[in-house]
Amino acid sequence: MTYEERLIQIAERNADVVVMTAENRAAIRNLPGKLGSRFIDVGIAEQTLVGAAAGLALRGRVPIVHALATFLTMRAFEFIRTDVGIAQLPVKLVGAIAGFLSEANGPTHQAVEDLALMRGIPGMNVCCPADEPEMLDALTTMASDRAPWYMRYNARQSAFEHRAPFVPGIAEIVTEGADVALLTYGCLTRECYEATGRLADAGIGVRLVNMRTLKPIDEAAILKSARETTLVVTVEDHFAIGGLATIVAEVAAANEVAIRLHSIALPGRWFTPSLFADVLECEGFSPEHLARRIAAAFARHDSRGHVHA
Amino acid sequence: MTPATRGNLSARALRVRERIVRMSVGGGCFIGASLSCADLIVFLYASVLRVAPGTELAADRDYLFLSKGHDVPALYSTLVDFGFFDEARLAHHLIPGIEFHSGSLGHLPAVAVGVALDIQISGGTNRVFVIVGDGELNEGSVWEAALVAAARKLDNLVLIVDRNEFQANLRTEDLVPLEPIEAKFAAFGWATLRIDGHDFDDMARGFARLPLESGKPTVIIANTVRGKGLASLERRADRWFVALTDDEAAAMINELHGGAEATVMSQTRIVR
Repeated sequence: MTYEERLIQIAERNADVVVMTAENRAAIRNLPGKLGSRFIDVGIAEQTLVGAAAGLALRGRVPIVHALATFLTMRAFEFIRTDVGIAQLPVKLVGAIAGFLSEANGPTHQAVEDLALMRGIPGMNVCCPADEPEMLDALTTMASDRAPWYMRYNARQSAFEHRAPFVPGIAEIVTEGADVALLTYGCLTRECYEATGRLADAGIGVRLVNMRTLKPIDEAAILKSARETTLVVTVEDHFAIGGLATIVAEVAAANEVAIRLHSIALPGRWFTPSLFADVLECEGFSPEHLARRIAAAFARHDSRGHVHA
Repeated sequence: MTPATRGNLSARALRVRERIVRMSVGGGCFIGASLSCADLIVFLYASVLRVAPGTELAADRDYLFLSKGHDVPALYSTLVDFGFFDEARLAHHLIPGIEFHSGSLGHLPAVAVGVALDIQISGGTNRVFVIVGDGELNEGSVWEAALVAAARKLDNLVLIVDRNEFQANLRTEDLVPLEPIEAKFAAFGWATLRIDGHDFDDMARGFARLPLESGKPTVIIANTVRGKGLASLERRADRWFVALTDDEAAAMINELHGGAEATVMSQTRIVR
């Protein structure tokens, strides 16, 4: 099943659902014919898109709103915060080509600060599915929830089969290992899964954790990782500021748990635009690069957590 | 309009102005803008809006969004006057009859587009009114929403511009000139009308014509006076936000009732 097919299914079951876009129809091309007046395209107008979604929600609708992640979360940020956030309206925001998925688009189109912005809004839920099947489950979940949601659209194929059902705030433990806890989300889950295999071959046991939602966050999974493994590594296609590494540090600090944390994220710059595989290669996020970077970080710690120079 | 109707509207408007003055005591409020749109808001609740105490959440009500949230004292005072809630409630939040929060300019035209869209696709007959400030027309999001409203043929949507010719601390035409406002909206596909925002007969003639054109959203540009009703405030750029003493408020209420012109000694505060 595709994203579009799931969206039609949701709209058929719930007459309050409306699908909106700021002329970004890549994932929803066939919906105008299927949904009629419940498909609303406002043109390239993200502020009006979000404001109108709030108005529709005031009338009892559940708007599922599509735009490029940068313009949705940044051009319309104050509308999301003020109209959706303050009123806690059930508006569901779906950001396209977030993170490395923007591939060859330049910095203007790179949403690598979207998660910091969205999770900063009180009551906003933030979801980063690992692949298409998980995205469909997340879509169904958020469409039936009364809270506002932001989701990074990600239709990549699965690297592994999900065994645990999708539950907001519950991370998925993909592999078990006592040396490194590898925490990630979204489109890089596949690369992390492959890097986990490479690290196992090199004798480093990895607990791979697919976070699924960054808000609510699975605090227990983070604290368990901190207590039960030598090193916690976060991998994300987001600026180092405000993303998963920040969240993990916040959770550890709030719970007064000591943690050895290594962040693999974008440093304070936008990434070199290129095809996806080339971005991973260039920025050091291919499975090979990740395995090497994680092994190097682990080598600086011994099993008691002491850091070597 | 009968003399009795006009007299009733004037009496309500006078009470509303009194409340606005009283709300300006202590912490203060945006008194000038509140006084400019007071007559308009009174008229809307008396003669135009299909909403009343008890039906403020009815699915088929008319909506009024006050996008220029700074003059909410005028809306609060009017809702009190029409019995939506007791004046004592003003000490609390969640006021009955207030559709949505505002204060950040340029938001509610977009929110109103969403409400009007839902009414359109649901086949409802309610209308959606949005009061914006003239200075608020500086915000690009107003024009974005205006484009979308015309594209969707939202003839259930009425934008009312409180044209008091001031924004914050300056005259609108001295900063970013807005005129001709009609031509701008007409070019965006809207039907336009200008009225006197303090003349109830003119308002009655204008609002009776809604929608001005089938298939088009309407903009009503209401010419108003900032600080209307108080000579000491009228058209004063430096009387945007005032915090009054009890004595000053009493003198102003006396002026509203035909007494001598009050003087405002309070330090005016510039908020932005």
